[in-house]
Amino acid sequence: MQKSLRPARSLSSTMNLNNVAGYVFILPFIIGLVVFTAIPFFTSLYLSFTDYNVLTPAKWVGLQNFRKMFFEDKLFWTSFKVTFKFAFIQVPIKLAVSLLVALVLSRATHLTGFYRSAFYIPSLMGGSVAIALLWKQLFSPNGAINQLLSVFGLPSNTRWLGDPNTALGTLIALGVWQFGSSMLIFLAAIKNIPASYHEAAIVDGAGPVRRFFAITLPMLTPILFFNLVNQVIGAFQAFNSSYLITQGKPLNTTLYYGVHLYNRAFNHYEMGYGCAMAWFMLLIIAFFTALIFRSSSAWVYYESEGK
Amino acid sequence: MNEKLHSVSLRRNVGRAVYHTLMLLTSVAMLYPVLWMIASSFKPNGEIFSNATSLIPIEFTVQHYIDGWRGFGNYTFGTFFSNSLFVAVLSSVGMVFSSAVVAFGLARIQFKGRQFWFVLMIITMMLPGQVMMIPRFVLFNKMGWVGTYLPMIAPSFFGSGFNIFLIMQFIRGIPRDMDEAATIDGCSWYGIFAKIILPMIVPSLVTVGVLTFIGSWEDFMGALLYLNKPAMYTVAYALKMFNDSSQADYGATFAMSVLSLVPVLILFFFFQKNLVEGISIQGLKG
Repeated sequence: MQKSLRPARSLSSTMNLNNVAGYVFILPFIIGLVVFTAIPFFTSLYLSFTDYNVLTPAKWVGLQNFRKMFFEDKLFWTSFKVTFKFAFIQVPIKLAVSLLVALVLSRATHLTGFYRSAFYIPSLMGGSVAIALLWKQLFSPNGAINQLLSVFGLPSNTRWLGDPNTALGTLIALGVWQFGSSMLIFLAAIKNIPASYHEAAIVDGAGPVRRFFAITLPMLTPILFFNLVNQVIGAFQAFNSSYLITQGKPLNTTLYYGVHLYNRAFNHYEMGYGCAMAWFMLLIIAFFTALIFRSSSAWVYYESEGK
Repeated sequence: MNEKLHSVSLRRNVGRAVYHTLMLLTSVAMLYPVLWMIASSFKPNGEIFSNATSLIPIEFTVQHYIDGWRGFGNYTFGTFFSNSLFVAVLSSVGMVFSSAVVAFGLARIQFKGRQFWFVLMIITMMLPGQVMMIPRFVLFNKMGWVGTYLPMIAPSFFGSGFNIFLIMQFIRGIPRDMDEAATIDGCSWYGIFAKIILPMIVPSLVTVGVLTFIGSWEDFMGALLYLNKPAMYTVAYALKMFNDSSQADYGATFAMSVLSLVPVLILFFFFQKNLVEGISIQGLKG
């Protein structure tokens, strides 16, 4: 009772309090954004026009780095193509597999929890050094994969990581194996679809295939969109699997853009050149993200508008 | 009639059996690489490749664990594990607190410019980290942080887009009536955060903590860029160096690889529910 005797705060003083409190709470984010993101972001843009080796001050060279990138550095184009190939093969496969498995798992049984864990665990540790080293041994010429193939009477002398035709595919397999997180996101979305939609469709005589294309898939397009954007961004930045397993070999067929960038910047100390490469990658990623966003109005279904 | 019912239930049972058989086989296939690594770490070196397909060692040995633990350059894996633990614990603690504070501000307080900062946060989530890799290195180098753990820990104390977003989703699920009641009782925003919201978002904080811990534990790039003394190596980096230095001793590498994944597996088994929810919430911003 006592409290209500206090003079009520005026509207404007409440707003001021809110402004102060709001900025106090988000202060860590603002500091982090400025120090660890904004300053590096713009420094990187500046450095991309310089010759910089960390030890001596950066020297302005204009478009020199970009000229070198496009016209002189053959490995730049090699790594560019490898990364595109990697992204455009891995992303669709990973999306399809994670959607398919999520659909299969959406049917609840007493073992669903176990299956979900078994499928999710690889994505929890797939990026680790341990798994990279393991992959190298699994796919070695006399490794478990070839020996398993020979048990089934299949050709078992493939040099998975040594053959230019299969090396990138072997690394893509490592990426696809980690479909677990996308699967979980799909699974949550499938569970969010109201059961009444399916029930109504069943009453109307729609079979499972028809229901998938008429209900499940359209309802999942926002999540498909989200997973697609995330995976494209991730795929363009791939680093660990190539650096740890193949070092870009054989014949540079697994030289990711990120690995080439790292080599130039940190082994040859061409930091300015590295920044130019990073900015070019940023533009490429921005281009594809924008493309996906622009196209999304045609294929992403938002319930609120659709009705 | 009875016969028909019987055949329907029979068909259903057969269907169920086929479903579970296929799913179990797929699960084993998915886990096979990890199981193979565990099995190989207990096989003598001669057996790892001669008896490669089997998940059960013919001759069981723990020698690889003893050999591997010795590490290299006068440092045992004990050093590397405690280094990793140090980095991962500090990173997770910093990440949990900073992200919770920022998430509360963005989710609950109506302040000028809130929308602007929220959009910026979403943009940072999509920004490719490699654009920042070199200039961050340059910055940390100028600050004298190269060769210390600071570049791997300090950024965690300022929140990250994904984690802030995840906690925001949780806070949004808490009825606003509670804040309002507390405001009437004379509680400030700081009081509301500490006394009302914080206790209610513990599950999301656990998720953020666990995910950050695992991310930090497995981080290879950070160690590659910033650590230059074996005494400071984290497990992830030490594993790579150990493998380079002991090419032939597959068994010891496998043994240390298995050990390096034990904390991840333990966290998974204890916090499975938090992890699954945390990952699932990612898609909800669409």
